Amino acid sequence: MVLPLLIPELILLAGAVLCAIVGISSRRNVRDSLPVIAIGALALAGCWYLFAADDAVLAAGVSMPFLGKWIGLVTCALGIVLVLLNAGTADREYEAAVAAGRTTFDPLRTTRGEFYVFILLSLGGLLLVTAARDLIWMFLALELASLPTYVMVAMSRRDRRAQEAAMKYFFLGAMSAALFLYGFALLYGATGTVELAGMQEAFKAQAANGGIGLLGLAGMLLALLGIGFKLAAAPMHIYAADVYEGAASSVTAFIGFVPKAAGALAFMLLLATMGWFDGTPLPAVIEVVLWVMAVLTMTLGNIGALLQTSAKRMLAWSSIAHSGYILIGILAGPEHGGFAAVLLYLLAYGLGNTGVFAVLASLRRGGVEVESLEELSGLRERHSRSAWTMAVSSASLLGFPPLFGFWGKLMIFIAGVSSGHIVLVVIAGLNSAISAAYYLRLVALPLMGEPNARSREVERASTPWPRLASTIVAIALVLLPLVLAALLQASTTSAVVGG
Amino acid sequence: MHPLLLMLVPLLGGVVIACSPSRTAKSTALVTTLLAFALSVFVAIDFPGWGTEQWGLTFDAPWLEAWGMSLSFGADSVAMLLVLLTTFLMPLSVLGSWTAVTHRRREFFAWLLVLQAAMTGVFLARDLMVFYVCFEFTLVPMYFLIAIYGSTNRAKASLKFFVYTFTGSLLALAGFLYVGWAFAQEHGQWSFSIEALTAFARTGLSSGESAMVLLALMAGFAVKVPLFPVHTWLPLAHTEAPTAGSVLLAGVLLKLGTYGLYRFVLPMLPAAVVEYAPFIGVLSIIGILYAGLICWVQTDIKKLVAYSSVSHLGFCVLGLFALNPLGLQGSVLYMVNHGLSTGALFFLIGMLYERYHTRDMNTVGGLAKVMPVWACFMVFFVLASVGLPGLNGFVSEFLCLIATFAAGATGAYPGVLGPWYAAFAALGMIIAAMYLLMMVGKVVFGPLREPDDHHAHDVLPVDLNTREIAVLVPLAIACVVLGVAPWIATDAIAGSVTETLSAYPAAVDAARDMLAVQH
Repeated sequence: MVLPLLIPELILLAGAVLCAIVGISSRRNVRDSLPVIAIGALALAGCWYLFAADDAVLAAGVSMPFLGKWIGLVTCALGIVLVLLNAGTADREYEAAVAAGRTTFDPLRTTRGEFYVFILLSLGGLLLVTAARDLIWMFLALELASLPTYVMVAMSRRDRRAQEAAMKYFFLGAMSAALFLYGFALLYGATGTVELAGMQEAFKAQAANGGIGLLGLAGMLLALLGIGFKLAAAPMHIYAADVYEGAASSVTAFIGFVPKAAGALAFMLLLATMGWFDGTPLPAVIEVVLWVMAVLTMTLGNIGALLQTSAKRMLAWSSIAHSGYILIGILAGPEHGGFAAVLLYLLAYGLGNTGVFAVLASLRRGGVEVESLEELSGLRERHSRSAWTMAVSSASLLGFPPLFGFWGKLMIFIAGVSSGHIVLVVIAGLNSAISAAYYLRLVALPLMGEPNARSREVERASTPWPRLASTIVAIALVLLPLVLAALLQASTTSAVVGG
Repeated sequence: MHPLLLMLVPLLGGVVIACSPSRTAKSTALVTTLLAFALSVFVAIDFPGWGTEQWGLTFDAPWLEAWGMSLSFGADSVAMLLVLLTTFLMPLSVLGSWTAVTHRRREFFAWLLVLQAAMTGVFLARDLMVFYVCFEFTLVPMYFLIAIYGSTNRAKASLKFFVYTFTGSLLALAGFLYVGWAFAQEHGQWSFSIEALTAFARTGLSSGESAMVLLALMAGFAVKVPLFPVHTWLPLAHTEAPTAGSVLLAGVLLKLGTYGLYRFVLPMLPAAVVEYAPFIGVLSIIGILYAGLICWVQTDIKKLVAYSSVSHLGFCVLGLFALNPLGLQGSVLYMVNHGLSTGALFFLIGMLYERYHTRDMNTVGGLAKVMPVWACFMVFFVLASVGLPGLNGFVSEFLCLIATFAAGATGAYPGVLGPWYAAFAALGMIIAAMYLLMMVGKVVFGPLREPDDHHAHDVLPVDLNTREIAVLVPLAIACVVLGVAPWIATDAIAGSVTETLSAYPAAVDAARDMLAVQH
């Protein structure tokens, strides 16, 4: 019986339906309750994970039985912050026009309600990935997590670049889906089943009889390549900078976390069918490919970020680099604490990423979101809280102790060293050093730069929510290390593979 | 007495300053640093570690047990000595910045105190992760101190300082993790206890592994020391930093590097150290001579003193890698002495700069005529720095050189350096005398030269005021005491030094036997 397993997703679905209905209400104060509904649904789902979830039910038949709870809680908590950050993003101009009486409200014209529907559906997709038992479920869950984000990019702001970004994101996303579906088909051909448990049995048998066949390997490589798009891992990272830049900053924070987390989880689930059981390592080909992918992703991401003059584009490139660090954890595997490190890192990265984009979303110049580094210069003089939250979030993304990001990175490094990938860890260390050069700009310019003509015109956004989101994140990044022991415990138990 | 108090007092003071109005910042900072100093003296009086290898001031709390990390603190005699140096320099730094800092004053003193907490934490750490977190965290306050309060080129200086040291310490972290992992392989359980890892790494690593770890740790600590050729961040950072920043950078932060060598590299990796000591010795000597020659052609006084730090720290590293008790004692003493005399020189330059707004030797000179008190102190501390017998610099420099000289001989502690190293390094003493005395000759003596518009915007008197004298006198007294009675310090740290060297006679002999077999 699968229904008890899906209660949190059903709660989110109910929330989504409610949002869709409420969104077309002609009364403004009813429409204003949209973020409250979305946050309520997420809080309810989170509470279910905390208090009502039955581990035995969650674990039944799933290859990583305890993953659901961790990801569920992280998703709901971060989801609340993301909804907060996105409150009032969609359809801003139209709502303002209605409020000013310049136009009458037309239910066919409004998209605000749908925006929250998409947020909730995408988060639901992320939750579903953790419970994937077979390839079809995984495919549907991955697409459920991604498809809404394509639309969210397009409706995030009335700007040509957003339209362009959405088209790019959609077509390339479709291509990547085709790639990994093709891979899934080959995997099915190689094992005769779409169930992850069955695939693992089949690969076990193949490995015992002289190695995993070519068909299986080819399928896995195609699948990794395709899902690598969700992670923005090289060589499927090219779209990220344009798409992240084109979307409104609040939506960028969303697409920087949700599809990426979904991709990382899918990587772990898929790879666990092919290796790490009974002490067998991954097939050498896969290991080499992952290694190269990790190095390329980190290095290209960081070098790309180093070359930017737009803060938003710089952060987009840097989020590519973070996928590289995540890949190290995945490569380290479950036995050496790699998966646990990835789970912790996803939380650390998700928070830091939300924090920096929330600051960008909370500032405007001439009604347009702040994007360039120049506009951030000397921010402290007029928006000192934004300057500080920016500094804390970037320092955490850089992995500076004692902020939370450091511990995430440390666990990734420890896992990497434990699994024998010393060179990879050294490369990651050097990459962190490169990233220091550009993350420091985000610390130094707002706090110590001289205000210039453009940065003096920077105003607060009309709603306080992005600022509130960035403050919550900054406080979390400072305080979470205090409960590190509990978090590590939880992430370790969540990352167990097999029943 | 709780060791955490030594960290918590400044930290709390920093928080209080950050939350209270700007005009009380200075006095709160002064009171806090004096309190911390009093605490450290109180602790030092009945510290059990003096003269023995015992650890005192210990405190343990469980933390991430699955990863072998715990919140353990404590100090042996060397750590305690460096804590004393830190707490001693702090009130002076606060006092020395009394009028120099004019904008964002609250932040300045808050960062200063946070820096003190982090530096104290480095010396008091007995867990590697605690050490690493504090070691890294010292970068943040220093970065802000340079980047906000520095002179014209501050943005570049602070960035370079941060990126250099951050890169180095990430590599060191990789090295540490490797040792931790090797420990876990052997014991089935991670540990980050410095004691346990040291004991393990001595014998548990193969020679290839320990060479690799040495390289990684050197990458971290050599940048901090700084050793040639990774010293290039230092002159820039020193020159651009505000006075208190330069004092603490020279006085304590550079010592984090040598302390790291003393605490980790020497006791953990004896085999690799014996193998690579000549290489590191040569790098130190290049640093001594090359930086000395650079000093000679400087016109900016602050830059000159900054480069002289590179040169001086070369002696310090040389003493460490002489691998005998004399060298280690000399080197630790050097850490303290350099902190005192170079710290004082930076104070003096700061006082000069506050009056003339220049540090150019071609613009100001012959100041003995107008600032006799300043000139007296300048000559005094330059002589201490040059190594005039009777003052502190002489003893430690001489110990380092003798130890290096003796390191070739056989005896209780055979070493791998030798007379040639000592001979070349001794040239550095001569060069130091040349550039420092040349500087004194130009700035203190000779015809009076002053920039045209000086004193126009000053609240300070022509010569030093009481506050400034109060900053310098304790330093001068310390210099004389350590010059006349250096055994106070060297005897106190003898136990720790023997403990650090406990693997060495055997390691050096093993290396020699191996060489003999090969021939």
